[in-house]
Amino acid sequence: METVLDGGLKESAVSPISVSTQRSRPDRLFRGVSRTAGLTTLVILFLIGLFLALQSRLAFQTMGWAFFTNTGWVTTGAHPKFGVLSALLGTIIIAAIAMLVAVPVAIASALFINEFAPRKLFGFFPLKNFLVASVDLMAAVPSIIFGMWGFFVLQPAMKGLARWLSDYLGFIPIFKTGETPVFTSSFLIAGTLVGIMVMPIVTSLSREVFSLTPIAEREGAMSLGASRARVIRDVVFPFSKGGMLGAIMLGLGRALGEAIAVTIIISLVFQPTVQLTQAGGNSIAALIAYRFGSGGPLGLSGLLAAGLVLFALTLVINLVAARIVNRARMAG
Amino acid sequence: MTVTDNSTQMWEERFAAIGGLDTMESSAGELVARDVHAWFGKRMVLEHVDLTMERHKVTALIGPSGCGKSTFLRILNRMHETIPGAQLAGAVELNGINIYDPRERAASARRHVGMVFQRPNPFPAMTIRENVLAGLRFNKVKGADADAVVEESLTKAGLWNEVKNRLAEPGGGLSGGQQQRLCIARGLAVRPSVLLMDEPCSALDPTSTRRIEQTIAEISQEVTVVIVTHNMQQAIRVSDHCAFFLAAENEPGCIVEAGSTEQIFGSPVDPRTDDYVNGRFG
Amino acid sequence: MEPIKIKPLRPREFKPSDVVVLALTALSTYSITWIVFHQLTLFSGALGFVVIWTLLFLGLYWLVNRQLFTRQVAIDRFVAALMTLGALLMFLPLVMVTSFVLIRGWNLLSAHVFVATQKGVSSLSDPGQAGVAHAIVGTLEQVGLAALIGVPAAVLTAIFINEIGGPFTKTVRVVVTAMSGTPAIVAGIFIYAVWIQAFHQGYSGFAGALALAVLLLPTVTRGTEEVLKIVHQDLREASIALAAPEWRTVWSVVLPTARSGLVTSILLGIAVSIGETAPLLMTVFGNKLMNSNPFSGPQAALPLLAYQQIKLPLQSEIDLGYTAALVLFLLVFTLFVLARIFAGGRLKGPSFARMRSRIVAAGLGATAMPDDLEANGDGTDFQNQQRPTGQEGELGRS
Repeated sequence: METVLDGGLKESAVSPISVSTQRSRPDRLFRGVSRTAGLTTLVILFLIGLFLALQSRLAFQTMGWAFFTNTGWVTTGAHPKFGVLSALLGTIIIAAIAMLVAVPVAIASALFINEFAPRKLFGFFPLKNFLVASVDLMAAVPSIIFGMWGFFVLQPAMKGLARWLSDYLGFIPIFKTGETPVFTSSFLIAGTLVGIMVMPIVTSLSREVFSLTPIAEREGAMSLGASRARVIRDVVFPFSKGGMLGAIMLGLGRALGEAIAVTIIISLVFQPTVQLTQAGGNSIAALIAYRFGSGGPLGLSGLLAAGLVLFALTLVINLVAARIVNRARMAG
Repeated sequence: MTVTDNSTQMWEERFAAIGGLDTMESSAGELVARDVHAWFGKRMVLEHVDLTMERHKVTALIGPSGCGKSTFLRILNRMHETIPGAQLAGAVELNGINIYDPRERAASARRHVGMVFQRPNPFPAMTIRENVLAGLRFNKVKGADADAVVEESLTKAGLWNEVKNRLAEPGGGLSGGQQQRLCIARGLAVRPSVLLMDEPCSALDPTSTRRIEQTIAEISQEVTVVIVTHNMQQAIRVSDHCAFFLAAENEPGCIVEAGSTEQIFGSPVDPRTDDYVNGRFG
Repeated sequence: MEPIKIKPLRPREFKPSDVVVLALTALSTYSITWIVFHQLTLFSGALGFVVIWTLLFLGLYWLVNRQLFTRQVAIDRFVAALMTLGALLMFLPLVMVTSFVLIRGWNLLSAHVFVATQKGVSSLSDPGQAGVAHAIVGTLEQVGLAALIGVPAAVLTAIFINEIGGPFTKTVRVVVTAMSGTPAIVAGIFIYAVWIQAFHQGYSGFAGALALAVLLLPTVTRGTEEVLKIVHQDLREASIALAAPEWRTVWSVVLPTARSGLVTSILLGIAVSIGETAPLLMTVFGNKLMNSNPFSGPQAALPLLAYQQIKLPLQSEIDLGYTAALVLFLLVFTLFVLARIFAGGRLKGPSFARMRSRIVAAGLGATAMPDDLEANGDGTDFQNQQRPTGQEGELGRS
């Protein structure tokens, strides 16, 4: 096996020859086609950003910076006034609730599948494979189905919880409700539903990361008498920090962009509200889904502008996530 | 033979520019390296390498780790240049034709100078039979009697009896030694003039090693063999000629001494050679 | 003489006595909770019951283990219980959602439903008249077109990134990463603005296909890229050494070796596209009648139909939504199962399992995953390739 050669920077009278890289015609065609495909991807993304920016110009011109501070959405008539603030706030609130619900459960599930679950149940049933497959399946279930389940099953079930929160914890502002509160169509329910939808993704990726922990390190810890929980704390977590964070951010990106589930649950209000348990909320994705087709050209432009904001948000999250995972890879 | 004639015709039909290599017949060839230098980036790793590897003979490249033996080997079939930042100077002549001549294609050189790698690497997505024929397929050689080629190559590689009943099994399902012999068969099927072997036995057990050394002895009748090896006993067993590579600290590697195996191991001229072959350093 | 049978030892961490401890703890806390709820009626509701029971269980479990064993063991058991509960919380919704779709929709399935559309059906009609045939055709056509456009482009892009390289490689990879998180609704409104408004094309199945392709492309590219990365560099070298032209190496060596992963990746991308509703809202728009021409006029689609129906007042209308949802679910499930079957290709062993999960991860949109830090573990890795300056080359990854 050759180890790294160390010829040194020796000066020499001899200079290198240039080596011919003639390629046959089929090869050149092949390279050309592939390169075109790659560049097309580049172009498409650029186009998305460009079009959104161009078409939303009208909205920004009409509203100026107030687009980011207005809360209502009136795009027709003599005095249009609209802004993305309440929708943006709502998007963030829903995503926050979703993450609060999803992350602990997802990490716990990933740990369970990878560290605690027996590989075979009763000696023959491939439990681990089954669990992994189930998680993957859950991630593939269409969002409309989650939306339907959320509307017909989850919402009625959570009404009781919402009431309990407002009755017993109502002194906390986010749980306070008005005089005659309606406990459906709320941030709480929408956020929980989105959280349930996002769980499998975070679980799947986290589990993948956990499974990459080098066996050598695990065995080192075990040989010192560490229990499973100890090994997780001292070996798996430090190793998986970056990947876990990446998985979580990925889930966050999905939570921010979820349209259908939110649209089904929430009833759209434009008053920014942090009352989580009662009806009324907003999110950019839901806004676009609801108001699409109405409001004339200004309305469309406004929706596109809102879409641009959402796109930018998820883009940033994705790039940051990739950065974090990469940096963890370098260090680890 | 039929196989090569057909392939030459194919080449001529498809590609206008014909270098000398493309019309060369295949039979055991003579490789001559003239004043070869090699760099990785700015670091020179080989200098002033001159070596003649005679036809029908087995030449072993010996020397401690990191002296450039494998690099030199990869220069002989134009694989060195596939590494970004790698550069070289000098000439390598196969039967008098410089493979680095601008008119010659890299692929042509590789057709005539085959290579067996340190780790066996049969194509897992192909059957044993397909693996042997892969080189012919890649170069679009048809018309040859495929079954005959398969049997001939596997026989020469000493693998025929073990796999003749399972040619349709995937190439990855064999043991390490068998996989390596499959790679040898694959390399032989295209009828190269020279077969390069980069420490072919280092990843194998002693029994497989012995089998492969036997194979080397048998195929040297038809192909010139150049083998890099760390194992001095192996060099003594299989080779006719040896070249001893050495690189001092922070210096590029070069050939200290080259000659017949008896001479290198029996009566080395250079004291450094003497030290190495007598195990005074590894 | 009877041969003595040797029974292997089965050391178990969680001995039968521990199972008893667990069961007793669960039972006793259940009873306490029951008393609190039903006799003392401090709280009410099923959810509350479960929550209280869980908390009491965890608490008692910890105390019992602490008494019987050491602190270490107690911590370990407690954590195990906690993780198990977490996993249950995760799988519970899955079971509930699946059974929801199956239960509500199963009775509504019939041969009729697969051939009828909503033609001639209004709020006044008898229930059971309408069908989802138009939606099925729409979904199949839209997803089919999307795959036709998106998959070759994605595979070629992945080949470009991984096999060919060049100055733009890094940019393209960053772009694909960025694109992979695009919310579906943004893709939808983008196609609406470009294709339908700016190009004045009007609603069509093709527009929907375009939106789906935009979502499909980065997913399949990432998955394919992962798969290509796993193909050992050794194989490419062997191919070059046999004087194969570059395209041959990719076509005959790299792609076939990666085939099972490729298929999985593609099937996964398709499975996810099938279920997207948001982009279809504004490109395909929906249609009550059968429109089998994807290039002109609005079309129906399964997810879209479900979405549109469930907000309607009549039960018969909602039922149509359930039907559409069930058909959709069955479609996705079939694709999913197919993907897993196909993925059982020639590669076996731990490296294969790892590859499969990487593809799924990438397919779910993972922006980047940490590389393997160790060798494949299947015994053929004696030492990593030692190259003086990196692994790339004519055929290399960047």
